[in-house]
Amino acid sequence: MTAAIVTAASRGFASCHACGLVSRLAAPAYESRCTRCDAVLHVRKPNSIGRTWALIIAAFVLYIPANLLPVTITRSPFGVQSDTIMSGVAYFWNTGSYDLAIIIFTASIFVPLAKLLALSLLTLLAQRHIQWDPLQCTRLYRMVEFIGKWSMLDVFVVALLSTLVDFSTFAAISAGPGAVAFGAVVVITMFAAMTFDPRLLWEPADHPGEGAARG
Amino acid sequence: MSRTRLVACPECDALQRGVPLEPGRRAHCVRCGAVLYRRPKSSLDDTLAWTLSAVALLVIANSFPVVSLEVQGQETHATLFAAAHALHERGMTIIATLVFATLIVAPALELGSLSYLIAPLRSGRVAPGFDRLFRLVHVLRRWQMFEVFMLGIFVSVVKLGHLASVIPGMGLWAFFGLMFTSVAAIASYDEKSIWDRVEAIRGNASPRAATTGAAR
Repeated sequence: MTAAIVTAASRGFASCHACGLVSRLAAPAYESRCTRCDAVLHVRKPNSIGRTWALIIAAFVLYIPANLLPVTITRSPFGVQSDTIMSGVAYFWNTGSYDLAIIIFTASIFVPLAKLLALSLLTLLAQRHIQWDPLQCTRLYRMVEFIGKWSMLDVFVVALLSTLVDFSTFAAISAGPGAVAFGAVVVITMFAAMTFDPRLLWEPADHPGEGAARG
Repeated sequence: MSRTRLVACPECDALQRGVPLEPGRRAHCVRCGAVLYRRPKSSLDDTLAWTLSAVALLVIANSFPVVSLEVQGQETHATLFAAAHALHERGMTIIATLVFATLIVAPALELGSLSYLIAPLRSGRVAPGFDRLFRLVHVLRRWQMFEVFMLGIFVSVVKLGHLASVIPGMGLWAFFGLMFTSVAAIASYDEKSIWDRVEAIRGNASPRAATTGAAR
């Protein structure tokens, strides 16, 4: 079955990223536009590996303040309390809401890190032209794309808490610097997943003898 | 238009011949299993209906408080606009922008464009600026986060539940409805089928445009 597969790129075709129309590429590839929807045509997402690495590294760096700095700061008559993501998880765990503790831990700590590690692995494989079960890798990529937005959970919670708990005389919750870093991690990771081109994972299988042809 | 044409898998680039589908079926890539295109059971009328109801719900969701909090006679309300504004006021402009962009701007642009494009398409006309706007809708689809926001509301309510009385507002139910209608709107059309349709309409209207525009 695999032997009969022909890729669009190998035949000089490119599929439009917006409308899916398969067109034959004109000579200077970077100037072609889709005849149906006028989107710019690319055989592969432009500079996918470089851009994805840049975004992954930025997200890794921001992951540190996102977890160390407070995401919420609570002012009450009893004093000022700063909470990091992890202490929020601990709060739910200690008060018996194990389900919520697990959901927040998964969405805010586990998923962003797992996504970044998975994307790093995929980008490394694509960059080094390593053929390593492209089907499983593509499935991993789909999973990364699918779960990305769920990490926004904590951003929404912080936004709601700081709007609702705003009793000047009594108590007020405001978003801490960790929330900004965390929001940035989530968005940057989503962009990283978008700039990565899963078709690169199949290239070693498509052209076994070629090695590093594309930069 | 039932002629077969070439389809390249967006995830592994395998070149395949497209086949006509029964309603409700999906075509998968033979190599990696990615969904290549679908043929929804629903018509463009359904898409328009779902989209317009989502637009209405989006307006309601943003006009009324999502939840209110009452402590010792004092009440605070969280409408989405107020939340974004309050965050901005307190120097958390980035968080404010995230909330504003993902829950107000992106869905408004997406649902608005979709109704503008689908309504004329039903009667065989292509709205001006179709290409650009439908590509925008394609990009915005993945930034839809109503279900994540619903979970966020739930977590906040549990967190505050024993400190104060939390009162669900009209906005909450509107967001609950949005979670379903916006997904139903997206599921009711297939992007490739819409593009095929647009191409067919344009092909009939000006048979020459295709030959002059294409660089073959």
